[in-house]
Amino acid sequence: MTQLPGLLDTEAIRKDFPILDRTVHDGRKLVYLDNAATSQKPRQVLDALNEYYERYNANVHRGVHVLAEEATALYEGARDKVAAFINAPSRDEVIFTKNASESLNLVANMLGWADEPYRVDHETEIVITEMEHHSNIVPWQLLSQRTGAKLKWFGLTDDGRLDLSNIDEIITEKTKIVSFVLVSNILGTVNPVEKIVRRAQEVGALVLIDASQAAPHMPLDVQALQADFVAFTGHKMCGPTGIGVLWGRQELLEDLPPFLGGGEMIETVSMHSSTYAPAPHKFEAGTPPIAQAVGLGAAIDYLSAIGMDKILAHEHALTEYAVKRLLDVPDLKIIGPTTAEDRGAAISFTLGDIHPHDVGQVLDEEGIAVRVGHHCARPVCLRYGIPATTRASFYLYSTPAEIDALVDGLEHVRNFFG
Amino acid sequence: MYQEVILDHYKHPHGRGLRDGDAEVHHVNPTCGDEITLRVKYDGEQITDISYEGQGCSISQASASVLNDLLVGKELSEARKIQETFLELMQSKGRIEPDDDMEEVLEDAVAFAGVSKYPARVKCALLSWMAWKDATAQALGGAEAERKTA
Ligand SMILES: Cc1ncc(COP(=O)(O)O)c(C=O)c1O
Repeated sequence: MTQLPGLLDTEAIRKDFPILDRTVHDGRKLVYLDNAATSQKPRQVLDALNEYYERYNANVHRGVHVLAEEATALYEGARDKVAAFINAPSRDEVIFTKNASESLNLVANMLGWADEPYRVDHETEIVITEMEHHSNIVPWQLLSQRTGAKLKWFGLTDDGRLDLSNIDEIITEKTKIVSFVLVSNILGTVNPVEKIVRRAQEVGALVLIDASQAAPHMPLDVQALQADFVAFTGHKMCGPTGIGVLWGRQELLEDLPPFLGGGEMIETVSMHSSTYAPAPHKFEAGTPPIAQAVGLGAAIDYLSAIGMDKILAHEHALTEYAVKRLLDVPDLKIIGPTTAEDRGAAISFTLGDIHPHDVGQVLDEEGIAVRVGHHCARPVCLRYGIPATTRASFYLYSTPAEIDALVDGLEHVRNFFG
Repeated sequence: MYQEVILDHYKHPHGRGLRDGDAEVHHVNPTCGDEITLRVKYDGEQITDISYEGQGCSISQASASVLNDLLVGKELSEARKIQETFLELMQSKGRIEPDDDMEEVLEDAVAFAGVSKYPARVKCALLSWMAWKDATAQALGGAEAERKTA
């Protein structure tokens, strides 16, 4: 078996993930390489979900009975865990949402309804990039259509990185918000945060970072990033679906208006008007995803016990190995950086003229799960003139043997359609 | 699901390329980006040509090739019957085992029976057939309209 420096003890880790023992298609061992879409869940998270429902289930923040108090403590305890995980200065800066998409939409809507100096209107500009997930494009298109603000974006270089050569023309005095992805889910690129944040700060624009593909894979420190908002999603980091996070700087959360109205987010309500609870509750209308938050807390405990720096090193070693092996496959072209430098563990590629659907289907027949299509980042496919890609993405339980299986599978695909 | 017949049509497509036609349509499968541009040529009710250009997976490309094979030269009523039978097979979720009667109608197209088990791929197989139906409606609808005004 291939040994690489920096790898985690995957034999032990894989025992925590019951699904990885599954076989598919008549006894083939599952090789799960679709982690950028969603991660698998360790038993510790599944147990936390079960235990919550079996012992503590109640609505939060309302009751005076034991279960309500315990459920509230668990839900708020999960907020503490998230705050510590991202090094937030205050737990009140952590807003629970249902996923990253909701977090990103929430910021777009806050800014659309905000007063000066945050308000986005027809005299202002919004900046994104060409490598965003649709979840960080469409909310800004909607905001732009509703307010008349101009939507601008950074283009991409041929090797899959942001083209920042015209940064001073893209981010200007008119820019109100710069929203960009920390790690691309299609190209794998890790973006140069500091350079973009510095320019945004120069012109007084807010910065929102989509950390959906970063939070699961590397240490995340919102203070070091110096952003104003950071969004991510629980299900890609060993947590359940239905829970996401928006972190925002406290004074912004105090100033900005709520988006959804309802229970939990108020202070007092009369038939004429209401006052709002302080953040984070101001942005959490209605019964929140309680069990899911608890599950995310358990996922964070799990990841932290292993160590995010160790997970990063593991994935870096795997990515280096995978890039090297994939580049040896004839006709294979990586769409994105072709080294492991400033690169995450999602690798997109094309294989000659063979359509990604066919690649994915034949790999599936061998038990190898990859993703095919435009990965919710269609502008990237347009930019590189391809209809779609095949994407393999790794996580803390991925092994070099799984990369070998992928490479063998691709050889089979080539013979099949060649 | 990848029958030899399908791979053959994929590697050596029949009737590919755009030629003169009475109507042209462009259909896209948004979930996977498969695309086809298809033209039909009629002589009265008889299909004299179906020409096409497209990009996509082996299933969508092979299906267009089979469509060309099966329908060119046929009368519209017969072509409709073939199209409906193919649609029925593709919507069967793998539950129809093509019998001799069906095989007589569909010929090579029975090879797609296995594809019907994969919901994500059924649309790939149907792309060119839906395009043909649409193009036919345009070509003959237009002709009918002309006849009326004449
Ligand atoms: C970079 C990026 N942003 C946003 C999202 C959206 O996450 P979710 O679907 O959980 O809202 C994803 C996940 O697909 C992603 O990869």
